Amino acid sequence: MNLKKIGYRYEKRWALKGIDLDLKEGEIVGILGPNGSGKSTLLKIMDNVLMPHEGEINIWSKPSHIFTRPAFAREVAMVAQENHFRFSFSALEVVLMGRFPHLKRLQFEGQTDIEIARDALRLTHALDLSGRSIHELSEGEKQRVFIARALAQEPKIILLDEPTSFLDLKFKKEIFRLISNLSKDKGLSVVLVSHDIDLAAHYCHRLIMLKNGTIYAAGAPDEVITASNIEYVYECPVLVDNHPLSGRPRINLV
Amino acid sequence: MIERYREDILTPASVITISLILLAVLALVTAISLALGTADISIKDIFNILMGNTVSDDPLRRIVFRIRLPRIILAGLVGFALSLGGVVFQAILRNPLADPFILGVSSGSAFGAVIAIALGFGFAVGVPVMSFIGALLTIYLVMMIGARNIGVESSTILLTGVIINAFFTAIIMFFISVSANDRLHTMLYWLYGDLSQARYSQLIIILPLVLLASVILYGFSRELNIITTGDENAAQLGVEVGMIKKVTLLIVSLVMGLVVAFSGLIGFVGLIVPHLARMAFRSDHRLLIPVASIGGAIFLIAADTLARTIVSPSELPVGVITAFIGAPFFIILLKKRGSQWT
Repeated sequence: MNLKKIGYRYEKRWALKGIDLDLKEGEIVGILGPNGSGKSTLLKIMDNVLMPHEGEINIWSKPSHIFTRPAFAREVAMVAQENHFRFSFSALEVVLMGRFPHLKRLQFEGQTDIEIARDALRLTHALDLSGRSIHELSEGEKQRVFIARALAQEPKIILLDEPTSFLDLKFKKEIFRLISNLSKDKGLSVVLVSHDIDLAAHYCHRLIMLKNGTIYAAGAPDEVITASNIEYVYECPVLVDNHPLSGRPRINLV
Repeated sequence: MIERYREDILTPASVITISLILLAVLALVTAISLALGTADISIKDIFNILMGNTVSDDPLRRIVFRIRLPRIILAGLVGFALSLGGVVFQAILRNPLADPFILGVSSGSAFGAVIAIALGFGFAVGVPVMSFIGALLTIYLVMMIGARNIGVESSTILLTGVIINAFFTAIIMFFISVSANDRLHTMLYWLYGDLSQARYSQLIIILPLVLLASVILYGFSRELNIITTGDENAAQLGVEVGMIKKVTLLIVSLVMGLVVAFSGLIGFVGLIVPHLARMAFRSDHRLLIPVASIGGAIFLIAADTLARTIVSPSELPVGVITAFIGAPFFIILLKKRGSQWT
């Protein structure tokens, strides 16, 4: 996926301006930035839900707006920040919704689709939730089900908006490890928006730091996560050191 | 780890089986309803009459074929359509309380019909067409007010319906009051839902259109499932949300226009029946659409049988019966909504 000079405005105010990004196969890119810096808007543009007012997006060198919705959903899956279920569906039914772009009209899910859905649930450690109603699940459990749904779409690219926001420490780590493994083993490309700078620095190959809708810094984690960048972008002074095992940058509040 | 999951994934076989069972119930209810009424006819007589074992000028035969059967078929079709409309509205508005009557679509449609009658249009084409336009206009209003943001509050939609209802009912009363048109004066009864005017000539129009609409809407059942989880969400999963909404709402307004033109305002069917269907089965529209539609037919045939027998030899408008059941039902739903639907 390739983004060139993307700009998007709400009414007159530009939420994003001049965003360039080249996502390679198997790459994990983290988008960082304070609230209101345009992270979620950027993700929605990459997901073809919002049309940029400037610039162009290409997927496999084809502009993304020429894809039909199902064709696009076979390439790109999204795990949104919020999901509202008014009606009761079981977790397995929710994950099977991820098979939608692969099925023809009126076609029922077959054994293969069910296997794919159950594999996805297994990967996100949510298989034991599959018969439960989505209404009964905790936020963290729901999150794992939605990630499973995105996996069931069998996309080449997954976009995640705050994927670990409701998860406790163990599942945060599990989800990031899962993302890491999928990118390594299956060549899945991942773009994730996160407020968790440490985890993003730990697992992402590349980071993009947004400030007021423009890219302030981009590159490898140790180039982007510097005390001066963080202090400027988040308006909060920090101390940056290195993780004793991985050597990745790590922030400490001061 | 124990793998706890529901094996009964929805299959075409289970949809067909459940639908056939409900159709059998529908046939049974129809037979019982044919037997009940001011003139006493036994189930055995009904069987003989239906099998053609009677002479053609048998008075019971005439009652069954001329009076009761068309009315029962109309009740079935209207119930079927109202319930189907309820299911689609609930999915698109993501609101389990959305019902054509509560949303004001029925009264908008009645408004169209009354205008048509006041202008002297014919009952065969003019009235249903105006009724359809009224329904479409109201749906457009509801969507415009409701679609401001993605998570529409239930109360906003319901209030919109109340206001639209009040407005259109006022206009209808105005026309009825000032008009010298005799036909309009008989319409007060129609405002509460009246199936007694059933004619085979109407059924020939309604039957194919309602069935066609249900087949087309069934084609969108998987999309409707996903739309209930939100527009953006649905788009991300590959659903052409805008197109689906336009097509389904257009079809539903057509059906509502038709139904209101021939049966008046019958409330709550589209609320009660889909809700019971969801409780008994699940929210998957591939099963919900047939279950709720056939269930709607059963429900309204039963309600209309009650309406014409409960104060026999006089009778009630069927809308009175559905409101008696529906209004308390609605209040109970509203009370318990907090835990499940918001």
